[in-house]
Amino acid sequence: MKMNINKDEIQSYAIEQLERISGEATKNCYQCGNCTGGCPVSYEMDIAPSKIIRMLQIGKIEAVKAANTMWLCVGCLQCHSRCPKSVSVASVLDALRQATFRSGADHIDVKEIPVSFLKNTPQQAIVCGFRKFVS
Amino acid sequence: MSRIGVFVCQCGNNIESTVDTGQVASDMKEMPGVVFSCTYKFMCSSPGQEMVRQAIKDKRLDGIVVSACSPHMHEKTFRKASESAGLNPYKCEIVNIREQCSWVHHDTTKKIGTRKSNDLTRMIIERLKKNKPLKKINIPVNKKALVIGGGIAGIQAALDIADGGREVILVEREPSIGGNMARLSETFPTMDCSQCILTPKMVEAELHDKIKILTYSEVEKLDGYIGNFTVTIKKKAKYVDESTCTGCGECMEKCPFKADSEFELGLNKRKVIYTPFPQAVPNIPVIDAPNCVMLTKGKCGICAKVCGPGSIDFEQKDEFIEEQVGAVVVATGYDLMPNERFGEYGYGKIKDVVSGMQFERLASSSGPTGGQIFRPSDGKVPEQIVFLQCIGSRDEAKGVSYCSKICCMYTAKHTMLYKHKVHDGQAYVFYMDIRAGGKRYEEFTRRAQEQEDAMYLRGRVARIYERDGKVVVQGADTLSGTQVVIEADMVVLATALVSRPGADSLAQKLGIGYDKYKFYNEYHPKLKPVETVTAGIFLSGACVGPMDIPESVSMGSASASKVLALFSSDEMAREPIVAAVNKQRCNACWDCVVACPYTAIEKEEVKDRQGNVIGWNANVNEGVCQGCGVCVAACRSKVVDLAGYTDEQVFAAINAF
Repeated sequence: MKMNINKDEIQSYAIEQLERISGEATKNCYQCGNCTGGCPVSYEMDIAPSKIIRMLQIGKIEAVKAANTMWLCVGCLQCHSRCPKSVSVASVLDALRQATFRSGADHIDVKEIPVSFLKNTPQQAIVCGFRKFVS
Repeated sequence: MSRIGVFVCQCGNNIESTVDTGQVASDMKEMPGVVFSCTYKFMCSSPGQEMVRQAIKDKRLDGIVVSACSPHMHEKTFRKASESAGLNPYKCEIVNIREQCSWVHHDTTKKIGTRKSNDLTRMIIERLKKNKPLKKINIPVNKKALVIGGGIAGIQAALDIADGGREVILVEREPSIGGNMARLSETFPTMDCSQCILTPKMVEAELHDKIKILTYSEVEKLDGYIGNFTVTIKKKAKYVDESTCTGCGECMEKCPFKADSEFELGLNKRKVIYTPFPQAVPNIPVIDAPNCVMLTKGKCGICAKVCGPGSIDFEQKDEFIEEQVGAVVVATGYDLMPNERFGEYGYGKIKDVVSGMQFERLASSSGPTGGQIFRPSDGKVPEQIVFLQCIGSRDEAKGVSYCSKICCMYTAKHTMLYKHKVHDGQAYVFYMDIRAGGKRYEEFTRRAQEQEDAMYLRGRVARIYERDGKVVVQGADTLSGTQVVIEADMVVLATALVSRPGADSLAQKLGIGYDKYKFYNEYHPKLKPVETVTAGIFLSGACVGPMDIPESVSMGSASASKVLALFSSDEMAREPIVAAVNKQRCNACWDCVVACPYTAIEKEEVKDRQGNVIGWNANVNEGVCQGCGVCVAACRSKVVDLAGYTDEQVFAAINAF
């Protein structure tokens, strides 16, 4: 993969909006990798948590949005609690989901969830799932 | 018969665990000439030293052997103890049974260690019997110092020596003192203006009544030794009479010819009669002879016509000045590896690829652009600027293997300077590691990224090329694992810091060591960082290796304190371990003269009573000799001997094995 890095993407509105929603400054990250190291689900992610921040630093928000990372994050906040620069990757991923919903795109279609699944799942999990995956 | 005492140290368990020190002591007691022996847990402790002193007095010892650790550790301790008990300190010998015996043998039955300790101690006892009492050599000290190089390190050294009340001669190659620091715009991590903090020091040096500044001058020759150097300084013709010039600047204004400014690194022109920068010290212009039409073709002479006091002198010649000094501080500074070295970065041919120092000039308010950042090719404000670190540094194949140390910091500073002047611009930095070890340094590089929006990309740039008025930078960001391309307007190379051209020939003139990169060698990298192998010559600043301003200033002050310590008494005492020539048998082949690395051996005339020269001898100058013993090995007729290490002593030790 070859990337063209430019000022317009680095200083783009999308990234500014993301930082505003999450309250996190991606620039503060110095890529130590502690978040990826401690994340319980990072092995399943298309782009690891630390790399998500890196991609946002260099302005590649589209690649980040296309990855499954934000949907896999369980919000355990291990990344935040251990970050030496106090960057919460979980908050950034939450903001990414928010930004996606604001554009009107849901991650799941509620109608397609099988009834049997709904019957066997605790109610609280269903509510949480709705909050996480649909606008 | 000798009356020798043997003191065997246990060094806690360091020696005792593999050497039976009691056995060694009792074995040594049987040696002829040994009248006393003992062992103790820590011989270097106060009670241990007291034991030694007491034994010397009570047993009337005429020599002692201390079997303990390396002489580097405690030779001084025991020689001092001997001296205070009335024994000549050079009749005290140390046997190293720790580093060379107990630490390398792991036999816990103590058989091997004890045997080896016995052997070593026995050898030294026999050697000691041949020791002669030696006296420290006193040499007079000329209390005037020479500082070579008028950068910040040299200025600091000169000021500190002068404030200590000693005279200083400050020699600078350029027309003004100030060095590289005068070129800088602002300094990390405080961002204070470089000239604002440097020029007060320059002026202080100029006005100090103990400092004599010789600009446009170079050291031609250095003879002599610590306390007694004779230096020959070449004062290049300035074609301006320094005693009458008022520094009004009329000549510079009226001179019709221009040449590239060395101070501005080719970014600007200067007149042919010039001072390098407005705050130059001394504020006396020089004529650039190869470019002066009057000096080359005999036409023009406008400067002479407009000069009020008539200070222009086209007949001036280079002058050679001889000075007597007692100590030398070398502070010749550094240079940058030229951009032309780097093919992948355009061989220095792409106009908008500049060096870090050139960027300093562009960002400097006194620079060619008045502090506005314009790119050199078309004068546009660069919207995207890329800084490349480690250019030539940490590159064993094509550059130098070392880290240039200051580039991480000054590049971070550059990104800030750029952001302060081009608010909506974007700065990128390609780095391999960020080395920000120093007080408030890490915080500074983080600030560049977090508050000043510099985009740091981890990787070495593969190539740079021009396309449609842009400089395209192609590299990688290893943090995201991708190849990246940036269409930049301007590129700044943080090229490697290298030694000054001619650093090696100056080192040869001074007789000091240098490494393969022609940086000067310290006597000891940790414990003697400003001393050199040549006594009386000290080092300061980036001539030792890449370093920043605070370090250079510290080294300048450190050298000054060494010089002032040397100047604190009229005479200095030094170790009497020096070579001596048996002049009756010297056949003047001069092998020793050639072999001596310190030029301590001179050719001496032998005269008859009428004063006619009838022969020649080699003669060792005790002030210069460092006691290395090379002459002893080189002498074909075996007539050179090293005091304290005579052949007689060495053979006695060998025969005792």
